Amino acid sequence: MSYQTVCPECEGDLTLDDPMVGEILPCAFCGVDLEVTSLDPLQLEMAPEVEEDWGE
Amino acid sequence: MTAIRVAVILSRIRVEEKLLLSALEAAGAVVQLLDDGELVFPLGDGRPCLEADVVLERSLSAARGLYALRLLELAGIPTVNRYATAATCADKLLTTAALTEAGVPQPRARIAFTAETALNAIEELGYPVVLKPVVGSWGRLLARINDRDAAEAVLEHKETLGSYQHSIFYIQEYVAKPGRDIRAFVIGEETVGAIYRQSPHWITNTARGGTASRCEVTPEIHALCQRAAQAVGGGVLALDLMEDPDRGLLVNEVNHTMEFRNSIAPTGVDIPARVVQYVLRQARVGVASQAVLEPAL
Repeated sequence: MSYQTVCPECEGDLTLDDPMVGEILPCAFCGVDLEVTSLDPLQLEMAPEVEEDWGE
Repeated sequence: MTAIRVAVILSRIRVEEKLLLSALEAAGAVVQLLDDGELVFPLGDGRPCLEADVVLERSLSAARGLYALRLLELAGIPTVNRYATAATCADKLLTTAALTEAGVPQPRARIAFTAETALNAIEELGYPVVLKPVVGSWGRLLARINDRDAAEAVLEHKETLGSYQHSIFYIQEYVAKPGRDIRAFVIGEETVGAIYRQSPHWITNTARGGTASRCEVTPEIHALCQRAAQAVGGGVLALDLMEDPDRGLLVNEVNHTMEFRNSIAPTGVDIPARVVQYVLRQARVGVASQAVLEPAL
């Protein structure tokens, strides 16, 4: 399913295809990482800052 | 045939997790997502109980993933990777120790517990050296130290500003690699693909801007990767190799929650599908061993 929304940082128009809660998406306009926090209704928030033990 | 139930522990759904979830779906698995931020495990008066045949651990947080794997061991569910492998790979010191025991070629390293002894070790190794946090990823907080002034400054900063772990000084010789290193992907007994990570910067991680191109998995690369993978307990692993002009290939790091988004195109390998095949195989092995342990009455 496709969703139309705007970036909470730069207000660029975004189209999300089959988003999932918890998914991290970079904004195509300003490049910030966004997190999908809800699908109904669709909500995007700034993704959390990287923590020290994150990674591979 | 009954569908295999796969629980996936994750913190966020990045490109890798989305690809893995698609591959699990394509393979017909029944998938359960477990957010590590919402999990509560019983301990002491009970054991974790999970309706899954296998668990794939994909936490962003190394600490959460590691402890979750240990707790899931109590539940008797096969995990990818296994706790022992993750515990070794999550800590560079423990990785180096395991590789040393197995005689795997790697850069020279020194460990010291105070800034003073670390400075002595740096001078003994000779400049430049690389200071690494024992726990860390994506090339963060790596410091290439070219002279004594820089060594004194960085050591003081780490001792003063860092957590206690930053006073476990992991000092590695600087290997004059040819502007690139090799990232090889090991899944079980196969080395499924490899890339060169090229960068004008001495840190070549693709998370730091290194670019990926195909590297052929030679018999030498495969043999070295298998030795290193076995040394840390085996599983689904990404190994970083460096090409030393004199000593040949050296194993620099072994990663247990590998990222592969930039490696699918250059290798031409469907890495998430291969990971999923391995995960499902572990579930079947686990079910088979349980059947042996618990014969039907």
